[in-house]
Amino acid sequence: MTATVAPDAADGASVEAETGLLEIRDLVKHFPIKSGVLIDREIGRVRAVDGVSLTVKEGETLGLVGESGSGKSTLCRTVLQLIPPTSGSVRFDGQEIVGRRGHTMRPLRREMQMIFQDPYASLNPRQRVGQIIGTPLRIHGLASGDTLKRQVNELLERVGLGPEHYNRFPHEFSGGQRQRIGIARALSLRPKMIIADEPVSALDVSIQAQIINLLEDLQDEFKLTYVFVAHDLGVIRHVSDRIAVMYLGKIVELGPAERVYSNPIHPYTLSLLSALPIPDPRANAAREQIVLEGDIPSPANPPSGCRFHTRCPYATEICSEEEPQLLHYGNGHFAACHHPLHREHPEAVKEALPGLEREPA
Amino acid sequence: MLRYIVRRVLWGVALLFLVSAVIFLIFYVFPSADPAKLRAGRQANPQLIEQIRDQLGLSDPYLEQFARYMTQVFTPFDWFGAAAHGGTGPLNFGRSFQSNTPVSEIIYERLPATALLVAGAVVFWLLMGLPVGIISAVKRRSALDRTTMVTSLALISAPVFWLGLVALYLFASDVGLIHVFPGIGSYLDADSFWAKCWSLFLPWLVLAAATAAIYARYLRSSLIDVMSEDYIRTARAKGVSEGNVIMRHGVRSAITPIVTLLGLDVGLLLAGNAILTESVFNIPGVGREIVVAINRSDLPLIQGIVLFGAFFIVTFNLIVDIAYAYLDPRVRYR
Amino acid sequence: MSLLEVQDLKVHFHTEDGVVKAVDGASFSVEEGQTLGIVGESGCGKSVANMTILGLTRSPVTSIEGRILLEGRDLNEASADELQSIRGQDIAMIFQDPLTSLHPFYKIGKQLTEAIHAHQDMSKQAARDRAAELLGLVGIPDAKNRLNDYPHEFSGGMRQRVMIAMALVNDPRILIADEPTTALDVTIQAQILRLIQRLQDQLGMAVILITHDLGVVADVADYINVMYAGRIVEAGTLDEIFYDPQHPYTWGLLGSLARPDRPRAHRLSQIQGQPPSLLAPPQGCHFRPRCPHEFDRCKQTPGLDPRSGTREHLDRCWLPPERKRTLRVIQGDQIGLEVPAA
Repeated sequence: MTATVAPDAADGASVEAETGLLEIRDLVKHFPIKSGVLIDREIGRVRAVDGVSLTVKEGETLGLVGESGSGKSTLCRTVLQLIPPTSGSVRFDGQEIVGRRGHTMRPLRREMQMIFQDPYASLNPRQRVGQIIGTPLRIHGLASGDTLKRQVNELLERVGLGPEHYNRFPHEFSGGQRQRIGIARALSLRPKMIIADEPVSALDVSIQAQIINLLEDLQDEFKLTYVFVAHDLGVIRHVSDRIAVMYLGKIVELGPAERVYSNPIHPYTLSLLSALPIPDPRANAAREQIVLEGDIPSPANPPSGCRFHTRCPYATEICSEEEPQLLHYGNGHFAACHHPLHREHPEAVKEALPGLEREPA
Repeated sequence: MLRYIVRRVLWGVALLFLVSAVIFLIFYVFPSADPAKLRAGRQANPQLIEQIRDQLGLSDPYLEQFARYMTQVFTPFDWFGAAAHGGTGPLNFGRSFQSNTPVSEIIYERLPATALLVAGAVVFWLLMGLPVGIISAVKRRSALDRTTMVTSLALISAPVFWLGLVALYLFASDVGLIHVFPGIGSYLDADSFWAKCWSLFLPWLVLAAATAAIYARYLRSSLIDVMSEDYIRTARAKGVSEGNVIMRHGVRSAITPIVTLLGLDVGLLLAGNAILTESVFNIPGVGREIVVAINRSDLPLIQGIVLFGAFFIVTFNLIVDIAYAYLDPRVRYR
Repeated sequence: MSLLEVQDLKVHFHTEDGVVKAVDGASFSVEEGQTLGIVGESGCGKSVANMTILGLTRSPVTSIEGRILLEGRDLNEASADELQSIRGQDIAMIFQDPLTSLHPFYKIGKQLTEAIHAHQDMSKQAARDRAAELLGLVGIPDAKNRLNDYPHEFSGGMRQRVMIAMALVNDPRILIADEPTTALDVTIQAQILRLIQRLQDQLGMAVILITHDLGVVADVADYINVMYAGRIVEAGTLDEIFYDPQHPYTWGLLGSLARPDRPRAHRLSQIQGQPPSLLAPPQGCHFRPRCPHEFDRCKQTPGLDPRSGTREHLDRCWLPPERKRTLRVIQGDQIGLEVPAA
């Protein structure tokens, strides 16, 4: 089954032109590296997020995928203003949130919540489950006393736990159950958007499926918008409507999930897909895996031009000189590459992923 | 690594400077009594006091006094009227109000006793505390472990002067039950180096006892933590003998906080923290001297000993920092 | 005779809360040059079983039963000294997190030569040369100079290569790799798996690969054991496990994967419930409480026997084979059991 290749970058559509619930424009977050003999001076910067523009539409699930150093976790934290951005703009529901502090930020915090990766570290071990879930409601003055307790119990049920868990401590629960508690906490304020930072990575495979199904059910029921961060491409493809691929602080590819999967344009996306182990021995044996050489460069010292050029099997001179822009290749599929695969190496896509199911274009 | 050391040394110097300034403030800007009067003693009369005040330069502006004081302590130059008011330095802390001897001489006289006391005690507490800590960690929860932990608790809780008196009661050759070690005042009678050492035997044991107990407990808990680390498992999986696993992999990691502690303890003891031991055993060390000086309000002597002490503490802190970087390579890049 | 044969291994930890039956009757074997994949989730006993092969779980609170035969010699009966001689020489093991698994205070050259000197009489220079040779073999550039670096000066993938080099320094017959790629990025994971395969081809050692990732074993294993709650519930060749799985837990594992090589599932099939507590596992088949096909015979512990016809394909499920095929087909679409057209 061959897929029709996406048309060339013709229409000049840009990411910046899109509107949605969350609009991120040119977001930058650099962490200074300080050193010195007597007084610390900045000698470098970790360019964790280096100019990211992204729009998340209401009701969709945007999958954010990348490896270490890609900046995906920093991006989440910066968007939620948990750490202040170095520059750039983040608009949520039409309102600019960069630069807001304290009480101007608080009402917006109700609308955006986060689920964290490590279920063992993200719950306060000294608080009981009821407290963990109920505190946000109390802080925002939404409920108290018996009403509070009732709402917490409802949430507990909704995530698959029970009122008998209300008074227990986190250490009495398994990883999957703790993650459910974290989800209940994030839901308690009825947010519009939830950013899930690797919510299932630390869980066993059989529990992962449970949590993913739960998150999908909750999305339908509570009309949630998700930003789902993961490094497992199988999971990302399953949950996402659209996918953004990040490398060293920049978005290298963005588009509808199926398109990015079956017709990747950026070589990095292809190598990610190619490196993905498939639980089918014959399909695995049949493919021509692309194994990248070398390590992921440090975000403190990113390569010149296109950041991926040091590991890219298709790099040429221009790739080390000029940084490619994120261009539109039709159907909402963007990529930042001087040698887009569908134009220059279409056979590479087929060779690397013969086993992958392709949807017709 | 070099940058790390240079940085630490510079901070050390800055710290000494700061400490000197604070000491100066305490003794000359906000003194509890007029230094001139103290110097004058009992035969004080207004003229004598004025004369002394002039001699010590106490009427000069504070900044000038401070500059002179720093010059006398740290440099050999005759700035800010150093020569005229007490003499040039370096390490000139003035003269004792009581005996009019230069303070630095007094300190130099007293220092060897304290140094010898501390040195011997360090050897003992390391020899006693470290093996006990290691064995207790390796044989966790055994009868041996429980006994050593209880004993160590007792030793830590016992006041050192009480321990000293008990030790004398039991073992002193003149007054003790069993005549083994020399008793009180034997240090003063000792003439040779070895005689001095022998006379310090009981003080060494007493001073070492509580510290050994602390180090044993500390090393035990540090080693227990380290032995559950992944790299210990790797060492075993490589086929390294258990002895080497414990010593080369376990203790090597667990010992770093002990080194820090050791540096700080030695610095403090040299600065005069062995007061109680020196008092009980009548050893003419720095600790004893400062007690005497305080009782007599002998300002220059107190000030000199305090500054000297600060110097030791800062120096040993510095040594410990450098040793830490040597022991833990991850630290070197800060 | 197999190179390594584990017979009815039981490892029980006596804790204050009771007896934790970490491994409750596991039997498996490895042949020369073969790759055995042991798959299971956390707590299933895969790590404990393999650490027990090297005697790393021996302690006053552990009781170990069963036989661990290395070319006929029972390691369970071996003395501490004998075991020490085997570790790193006949059987070597690498672990999951290479950052915490290497000693932070020693240069890696020292850690490598230590592994050599523990078993071989070699001059210091010869040992260093051997260490550099191994580093080169695992793909670390500038090997001679990198011997003087500390672990924290390497990246994650490089560190795992160092661990592999350290394990191979004495030419072991068996390499046990406990989740070697779990802590690594996907692109680095691919590199490391390629490396292990290449080294195996070159050096001819057997590999036991422990993982929770079915994709990883599909890539490199010859033979697979699926473990659950301290027992092996299914064992077979690669093709048998992926294309003819017999145990409901295996179906559940395969079904709950979000597979990129299949059309996007509407909903992931999940195994309800959670892995049992090893203090009080369910009576009989441990998977009973979570199995959608449980019936009364399941209260009796099923043995690990060949039921599906092939001598090598073993499983622990009382369901009759034809019934298994029917039940499986119903879920078939989501497990992906169709053998691809040749």
